[in-house]
Amino acid sequence: MTPKIEIDQFSYRYGDEIALNTISLQVQPNTILAIFGPARGGKTTLLRSMNRLTEIGEPGTHSGRILLDGQDIFAPGTDIATLRRRVGMVFALPVALPMTIFDNVAYGPRMRGVRSRSQLQDLVQSALQSAALWDEVQDRLDTPAQALSGGQQQRISIARVLALEPEVILLDEPTAALDPISTAKIEEALMELKQQYTIVIAPHNVQQAGRIADDAAFFLMGECIEAGPASQIFTMPRDRRTEDYITGRFG
Amino acid sequence: MKRQHSQLVAFAGLWFAASLTIVILAIIIMYILAQGLPYVNLEFLTGRPLEQGREGGIFPTILGTLALGAVSLVLAVPLGVGAAVFLTEYTRPSPLTTIMRFGTDSLAGVPSIIFGLFGFIFFVTRLHMSWSLLAGGLTLALMVLPTIIRTTEEAIRAVPVAYREVSYGLGASRWQMVRTVVLPNALPGIITGIILSFGRAVGETAAVIFTAGTALNIPTSILSPTRTMAVHFYILAVEGISLQKAYATGAVLIISILAINVLANALITRSVSRAVRR
Ligand SMILES: Nc1ncnc2c1ncn2[C@@H]1O[C@H](COP(=O)(O)OP(=O)(O)O)[C@@H](O)[C@H]1O
Ligand SMILES: [Mg+2]
Repeated sequence: MTPKIEIDQFSYRYGDEIALNTISLQVQPNTILAIFGPARGGKTTLLRSMNRLTEIGEPGTHSGRILLDGQDIFAPGTDIATLRRRVGMVFALPVALPMTIFDNVAYGPRMRGVRSRSQLQDLVQSALQSAALWDEVQDRLDTPAQALSGGQQQRISIARVLALEPEVILLDEPTAALDPISTAKIEEALMELKQQYTIVIAPHNVQQAGRIADDAAFFLMGECIEAGPASQIFTMPRDRRTEDYITGRFG
Repeated sequence: MKRQHSQLVAFAGLWFAASLTIVILAIIIMYILAQGLPYVNLEFLTGRPLEQGREGGIFPTILGTLALGAVSLVLAVPLGVGAAVFLTEYTRPSPLTTIMRFGTDSLAGVPSIIFGLFGFIFFVTRLHMSWSLLAGGLTLALMVLPTIIRTTEEAIRAVPVAYREVSYGLGASRWQMVRTVVLPNALPGIITGIILSFGRAVGETAAVIFTAGTALNIPTSILSPTRTMAVHFYILAVEGISLQKAYATGAVLIISILAINVLANALITRSVSRAVRR
């Protein structure tokens, strides 16, 4: 099977600091890849590179390639807005924009130029349903999204990405700020979503990686120590450092 | 014990400074209102000045003030907000932006009389605008531009980075991001800058006399000369025409500025709650 995403000898540095060192990884379609490891391992940098969000603000420099369906996302002439619609990102902290629930979810389609009210309504409804939030908010779509709880706001973030009708969803510790019940809801939603999408997640902890991942990659200080099927990584890691991290000896 | 003591002293000192400021401000306002308000009536507000303002009302100067304030803001707001958006959202810090910021900051420190002189030489004389709303408005626009740029920049900087990332992450272009995220959230701060600028423009005398003139007619076009309330007040007082009418004009000026502040504040609150609901 051809991979949905292929990361090929990819390196990233912020000034002199090497955040990612020659990473090569593949993500198969309709699977969940968990990138896990201790803080400062480069997980966020890799996720943000995959839809070129690293280019906002003070950018670092990269080398190597990231291929989406075989096309290098850094190739000259690539439309960044289109790339970001195909590869959506959910951040660690829930951020609802200061507008209504409806307008938050309709934001991406509107930026793409969708004007028709009924089309927007359909998109918003199905996005909220897939994010397991529809039942909770369907009768107050016109209220400020920032009035929702943290867990609900994070599902708004997911719905917002789903409304883009993306192909890949990136999630950077999406449950880091959430309680166990909200976390469970989001994990459940993700398991459903992989039928339709390819998902790359930096999980909140090893347990979460174990619960939802098909494949896993262990990152330490900018290196990908090992990668493979989650069943193998979490039961029979090949590298000593992976084993130490999984069994909680450091991290 | 010692920490608590110094804490108390600091609190008392700051409290005293704050109260003193407010008391002084209140005394000035009360004094002018007390001196002026007895002479303010409908005829004063709607009548034309007679005998250089010794008799009659100040209607043309009220119109002149509003018109000049409006012209200067219409020119300065788009330019200033645009410049601030450009500096904050479209450029990275570079020697060029440093020079531009240094320029606006220097402009803020230039005395208004210098703006007046420049406006007179350049707009009035060189560009043949003569004393007019346009020449005065352009001059005042230059004068308040730094305020608008600075306050807008501050307001834009206060918009959370996370909002921008969400917007870009959802495929927004830079201008879409600015339009849907930065400007709506920076609006209250921008309006504060506009109010400050309006206050400065309508309170200015030196630069206005040089560029908009002192004509007591009702302005009929953008090229009419005009006299603002502040200028009227100044001339009445300095030329000893009528101190009573001068104070009355001052009272009206103060009340209108207060009214505009209150109005603009209400506007901000409304637009913000609308922005949040939207
Ligand atoms: N904006 C940035 N500027 C400079 N260095 C950064 C920036 N973001 C991350 N880094 C550095 O890159 C390395 C990887 O960080 P990150 O990608 O955030 O890892 P993780 O998400 O695994 O914690 C860290 O050493 C971090 O200090
Ligand atoms: Mg991180």
